[in-house]
Amino acid sequence: MILAQESGPLFDWDWVARNWDQIIDRTWEHVTLTVVSVAIGMALSLGLSIVAVRWRKAYAPITWITGLLYTIPSLALFALLVPIVGLNATNAVIALTSYTLLILIRNTVAGIDGVPASVVEAADGMGYTRRARFWKMEVPLALPAIVAGIRIATVTTVGLVTVTAVLGLGGYGFFILRGLNTFFWTQIIVGVTLSVALATLFDLGFVWAQRWLTPWARGAR
Amino acid sequence: MIRLDNVTKMFTGGTRPAVDSLSLDVDRGDFVTLVGPSGCGKTTTLKMINRLIEPTSGRILINGQDALALPAYELRRSIGYVIQQIGLFPHRTVAQNIATVPLLLGWDRARIDERVGELVELVGLEPAMLTRYPPELSGGQQQRVGVARALAADPPVLLMDEPFGAVDPIVRKRLQQEFLQLQQRLGKTVVFVTHDIDEAVFMGTRTAILNMGGVLEQYDTPETILAKPANAFVENFLGGERGLKRLALRPVSQMGLERGPVVDVATTGDEALRVMDEHEVDWVGLVDGDRLLGWVDGSKLDGGDLRLLEPRPFLVSLDSQSSLREALDAVVTSHARVAVVVDDGVYKGMLDLEAIAEEITE
Repeated sequence: MILAQESGPLFDWDWVARNWDQIIDRTWEHVTLTVVSVAIGMALSLGLSIVAVRWRKAYAPITWITGLLYTIPSLALFALLVPIVGLNATNAVIALTSYTLLILIRNTVAGIDGVPASVVEAADGMGYTRRARFWKMEVPLALPAIVAGIRIATVTTVGLVTVTAVLGLGGYGFFILRGLNTFFWTQIIVGVTLSVALATLFDLGFVWAQRWLTPWARGAR
Repeated sequence: MIRLDNVTKMFTGGTRPAVDSLSLDVDRGDFVTLVGPSGCGKTTTLKMINRLIEPTSGRILINGQDALALPAYELRRSIGYVIQQIGLFPHRTVAQNIATVPLLLGWDRARIDERVGELVELVGLEPAMLTRYPPELSGGQQQRVGVARALAADPPVLLMDEPFGAVDPIVRKRLQQEFLQLQQRLGKTVVFVTHDIDEAVFMGTRTAILNMGGVLEQYDTPETILAKPANAFVENFLGGERGLKRLALRPVSQMGLERGPVVDVATTGDEALRVMDEHEVDWVGLVDGDRLLGWVDGSKLDGGDLRLLEPRPFLVSLDSQSSLREALDAVVTSHARVAVVVDDGVYKGMLDLEAIAEEITE
């Protein structure tokens, strides 16, 4: 009782050829939504991490609020935002960004906490100002943890972008949703495969970027 | 050069001060060691000098200027700082680590490169190490980089917090000796914290012995402290073998050396017997010009040519820089009961137990 609305092969290459332009458009949409959301998430979480590191008392409330955001189901969050910002990309970006914050802040603060006390003391003793110490010692040494957070946040966001299909966006999620509605397997397979491939590409990109950014971690150990 | 004037540090939540009304003067070129039991406030005292810890009350003057007059980071750039955990920056190469303070001071590239080159040589590192990262170096090498980094901008004052505490005892001894030689050339004003009294009296030109709460029990030359402890606390802290510790501080070169029962192989067996009689010993040392050949038992002397004898070498041979403690060790372990001193192959003379004991009890 396979619900083959259209008979023929499971995967229809002709469809891919016919819809190539649309695949390119949706790829662009998927990448843009991911990059914009993660980039805003990084900027916000860096700011909030600085606050958390500087004023320890702020760390608990920050993780509490971002943790609460993290627990809201994505569909519900999109719906909640509709009355405020409407049914558009802003809605998607706000929701997607809010999911990155907890992971990014946790990793950034943990990374900075992991900087050896002796390095901090030596930097102070050499005459670093607090700000210079943060940017030139603590942030570089926390990079492996920060990048680990960015990798998780990005892969998660690539997946979540598909859900924004309900807002009429969705990147590859557009194909998945339409495929589900029409029981057209080719669209579902294209949407899922490209989404997984995109997540993998981003992840590999960050692995490479980290190697390039932390030359000191290559030789030792 | 550095003056602590009634300095007190009360940590928040503490019931009694970590340092209580401490006054201490450090002259230019002095190597002051701060020593005491844990909790005596020695590290707190050190860190108040470069304001890593701010005093609760009192004044600290560096070169006549109040330490509080400058922003803390500017003050610190003018003071070398070495800590036990070294604290090299793991994401920067050895060269970049050494260049830390010059970079903060905004020196130009060429001047920094030249200075880094000088320092690498000064502390005895291989130039090939400059491009490595700190985790690739051994503990001893890392500590040398730490010292080079502290000296980079040629600060007049150097603060050291148990700098050789984390390396193994053999490397520590070598680093101590090397650093003393370095200091003889550089003439920095050094404040050096340690919990090891032997290190304190070995390294310091002056030693400050602190009691709990930063109470200064005695501040004097190591020699004087060992010879005349100010009170029971100091005596107890110095521990046993004070005589030996004093001997360890004195180089052989301070003593007048006897030539001892020694004859040249160009002379005769009769001369050798006469020298033995004169010194009331049953052996004689043989030299060839100024070269020490060894010693022979009196019973081997047959009046023949001294060149035909086969002298036994002195097992332990000292030089002028050896300490009297090493000399004492040589005396008690040699058959002849003497310590011979040879500088670059030239025989200088010998010491016996009597001479060493006189030196320490005079």
